[in-house]
Amino acid sequence: MGDSGEGYEEPVTEPSSARQRYFSKVSASFTPVILIVIIIVFAIREGSSFFNARNFNDIIIDSSQLVVLSVGMTFVIITAGIDLSVGSVLILSSVVAAKAMIALSGTPQDIARFEFPTQTIGIPLGLAAGVATGLICGIVNGLLITRLKMPSFIVTLGMLGIALGLGQLLSGGTSVPNVPPAVQTEIGLRELFGFDVAGHHVRITPPVVIAYGIACIAAIMLNRTRFGRYTYAIGSNAAASRRAGINVDFHLIKVYALSGLLSGVAGAMDLMRFGTASVGSHQSDNLAAISATVIGGTSLFGGIGTIGGTVVGAFIPTVLRNGLVISRVQPFWQNVAIGMVLILAVYLDQRRRRAEERM
Amino acid sequence: MALSAAPALQPVLEARGISKHFGPVQALKDVDLSVFPGEVVALIGDNGAGKSTLINVLTGVLPLETGEIVFGGERVLFSSPHEAREHGIETVYQDLAVAPHLDAVANIFLGRERRTKGVSGFLGFLDNPLMRKETDEQLAKLRVRVPDLERRLVTLSGGQRQGVAVARAVMWASRVVIMDEPTAALGVAQTAMVLELVRQVRDTGIPVVFISHNMPNVFQVADRIVVLRLGEVVTELDPRTATIEDAVAAMTGSMRFSNREVDRDG
Repeated sequence: MGDSGEGYEEPVTEPSSARQRYFSKVSASFTPVILIVIIIVFAIREGSSFFNARNFNDIIIDSSQLVVLSVGMTFVIITAGIDLSVGSVLILSSVVAAKAMIALSGTPQDIARFEFPTQTIGIPLGLAAGVATGLICGIVNGLLITRLKMPSFIVTLGMLGIALGLGQLLSGGTSVPNVPPAVQTEIGLRELFGFDVAGHHVRITPPVVIAYGIACIAAIMLNRTRFGRYTYAIGSNAAASRRAGINVDFHLIKVYALSGLLSGVAGAMDLMRFGTASVGSHQSDNLAAISATVIGGTSLFGGIGTIGGTVVGAFIPTVLRNGLVISRVQPFWQNVAIGMVLILAVYLDQRRRRAEERM
Repeated sequence: MALSAAPALQPVLEARGISKHFGPVQALKDVDLSVFPGEVVALIGDNGAGKSTLINVLTGVLPLETGEIVFGGERVLFSSPHEAREHGIETVYQDLAVAPHLDAVANIFLGRERRTKGVSGFLGFLDNPLMRKETDEQLAKLRVRVPDLERRLVTLSGGQRQGVAVARAVMWASRVVIMDEPTAALGVAQTAMVLELVRQVRDTGIPVVFISHNMPNVFQVADRIVVLRLGEVVTELDPRTATIEDAVAAMTGSMRFSNREVDRDG
């Protein structure tokens, strides 16, 4: 910073800038602090039954789908939009993936005998069909929002119902049976590499690699590419972005397509992790992803947000749930705790910004 | 009608017979405006006189309904502000068209980002050091003070933000700079900085259309003053001979007739 400041004199109207910047740097790290405090509290209360490498391994695996959904949500919310459909799109994608996988893995007679002669083709194509389903839902969201000039809240609320309903229709409202078990045993639970920490075995599985690989790529996209720059610019001032020659509508379609794509990926991950497509769970994943994103410092008013913050924000509910289960606290307290953390984190974040900003 | 500022030259930008309606409201009535190289044309008028509407029509923000725009000797029709900018017309808008959550460099290069060379550039990777360097040079040349180029504009004062908006326009304008109330939100020192910028731009030969309510500013910087009232050009003043009272009288219409009568009598 120093080299640019020289040459011009610092205007006298700026006495508080150093203090402001100091304050913002200190307080920018509130959310990780909340996470660390939660970990310390459980570590003290529960000792090694919480604080061990194996348990952290479980937490990382458990958070993988939420991380993927929340990364997509971060892009959407930075543009000052919202995507309420991510959980339903996840469900629809996993049902489509399961159905396609079964259909391509053998004849109905094979499947009835629980044999999957062509599963080496069926499993990858099925997973791809799930991802493609998510992408299509996202593109439809983006097209409706930009072409019909509708609020993203309404369009994605509509898509929430449509995708969930289609998922239920396709699956008959129950978990899809006869999914080739290899998708779980050979992919979802496969140990890509493992190591021992203090006597506990840590396993790195494909869902972890997918989730954190996506988070890394997304962080680079957001920080270093034009795509990321336009995402912030549109959320900050859409009219100014339009005047600057940015194709705002096309960019928004891409952002919603990305969110849909990642919902599809999370749906495929569901199949890998659990070996079945279940329509019962994930119905409140949209709110979990919005919470994680907002806890991580992304502003619902747009223009502000980071992937790193979102990953921390996705950890907080996962760690809370894990710790409360180990503490044998009634599970209903989880929602209470997550709700309180959401309010606290956003309050602290707002206060920091008001101290820093002048508009 | 061309005054002594540049009598022999061809106008860079010429608007002829521009009219514009918003529903039943006629915002512009048969407006003519010429902008010559190397001059500052001030466009003044009361609220609702049609200054911003005229600028928005000229720069493609609003569609042209009646009349024609001649730019560099050719008839043009800008369907978007982007097209106007491609022709070298840059505008500093009244409502500060910056993205406040981005820093100065990102704002100055918004929509014109420099990408890195090779594959990474193809993937959309930004060459931030290059943009930073070009911004540094431009701001130093214009003597615009921004305390820290990597701070988001939302943390800067209104004057500093306006400095960035003006610097962006000046950096990219090759033919005409239009400034819509660039000093409205500024303090004394920052206003002086913007006025100095206007003069610097004019001295490079690029004309500036300067819209303002602030009569002292207008008389300080303008070579020619065009007065709009209720969507019409009512008169054109030479700031060297006219007074602020004349300008206000023409803007409000209150003194118009008596002035003319005095002229005739004299």
